[in-house]
Amino acid sequence: MNDLILLVEPMIPALRRYARALLHDRESADELVQDCLERVISRWSQRREADDTRQWVFAILHNLAMNRLRQQTRRGLHLAMEDIDEAELSIPAHQEHRVTHRELMRALDLLPDDQRAVLLLVAVEDLSYAEAAKTLDIPVGTVMSRLARARQRVHRMLDGVDPMPSAASPDTDPSAPPHLRRLK
Amino acid sequence: MNDDPMGGRPILEEDLHAYVDEALDARRRREVREYLAHHPDAAREVEAYALHRQGLRAALAPIAEEPLPPSLNLARLVQEHGQRALQDRHAPSRRWPWGMAAAVMFALGLGASAGWSLRGGLPADGDAGISALAREATRSYAVYASDTVRPVEMGPSQRAELVDWVSSRLGRKVAIPDLTSSGYNFIGGRLVMTAHGPAGLFMYDDASGTRLALTVRPMTIDKDTPVMRPIDGPVAGYAWADQGLGYGVVGGHKAEVLHPLADEMRRQIGSSLRG
Repeated sequence: MNDLILLVEPMIPALRRYARALLHDRESADELVQDCLERVISRWSQRREADDTRQWVFAILHNLAMNRLRQQTRRGLHLAMEDIDEAELSIPAHQEHRVTHRELMRALDLLPDDQRAVLLLVAVEDLSYAEAAKTLDIPVGTVMSRLARARQRVHRMLDGVDPMPSAASPDTDPSAPPHLRRLK
Repeated sequence: MNDDPMGGRPILEEDLHAYVDEALDARRRREVREYLAHHPDAAREVEAYALHRQGLRAALAPIAEEPLPPSLNLARLVQEHGQRALQDRHAPSRRWPWGMAAAVMFALGLGASAGWSLRGGLPADGDAGISALAREATRSYAVYASDTVRPVEMGPSQRAELVDWVSSRLGRKVAIPDLTSSGYNFIGGRLVMTAHGPAGLFMYDDASGTRLALTVRPMTIDKDTPVMRPIDGPVAGYAWADQGLGYGVVGGHKAEVLHPLADEMRRQIGSSLRG
């Protein structure tokens, strides 16, 4: 138990960031992180030596977040990005960017949850592909294909010719550059 | 698949993502860069991905810089968990009629065992002895060592006043050990409340800011312990009693690190109070 605080405390800011990027709402995200920390504390002794602590903690948080999102979908509580106060997401408006943070966050929000999770874990939380695979309990190949689809979608929504699709649009892949082998 | 001008391994889509995520070794990075120089479509795509990656990181970075709400104070959550676990462990014997509890314990072969170890932690509240002191030291540490605003009432410059204040409230002369030679600075102390009356709390920290707290209070039982006992709680520590005063040292380090520090405190207090 002694190393729990030393190892886990420095991760809390990143856990909050991941939870809020998935749930948007500050309060529910922090509640989720608290749930996660309580589970980390009670399962600490069951952690295996080989487990990487950060990946293990992120997996607990991710599973809680997915449960929460499923509940929200069932209850029809899923918030549209437009309903969110911009300050809530702490996105400074940098007009000099070709793509504003707000647009980027909206595109992120329109991704299916599994693609959004991969993009956040890899691109924002700096988990390696292997760590992301363990966290999400999926093969590395699936991490790569979700990451590719997430990036293509965001690219299409922000820079592409397609109008921004609705979240309900089918997950059709754009044609890949012909010289590249497709990932499955 | 013969697009690689270097004639090496072909560049796959996953290489482009690994390039964006800065996950390639230097050689592969060079190969991808070379490839992109000859494939403007892929280069544009990679540039957009990298820009979005940067934008996402920048957009979400402020969240990680916000001060933590009190609900996410890990030391406190650990402490609350410890208390809940303790209550859960003892709840059955409180709820059950005594006869039934005794019958079950006998059936389990516990009836014959002479007593409860310190690590077993029983009983939760009635005991004023060394295990109660250990809990109080852990609790005080959890409350005050995690406090970033005012962990102590009196700072190191008021050491003498602090000794007088705590001594007068405890009705016993106390001593504050000096851990400078072990790399710990005294940052001050305060009077804290325990289930067994007032106690003195003295706090130290090391160069990394890791804190260590010594709790001291008079003992009505367990007045002298020949050896220090490990505290097996959410944070590590050691407890002992000497000449009717009980001491609990708790800190954010492993027990192996705390052991020599507790030894040193015990030695200094002993020699200081015995004159």
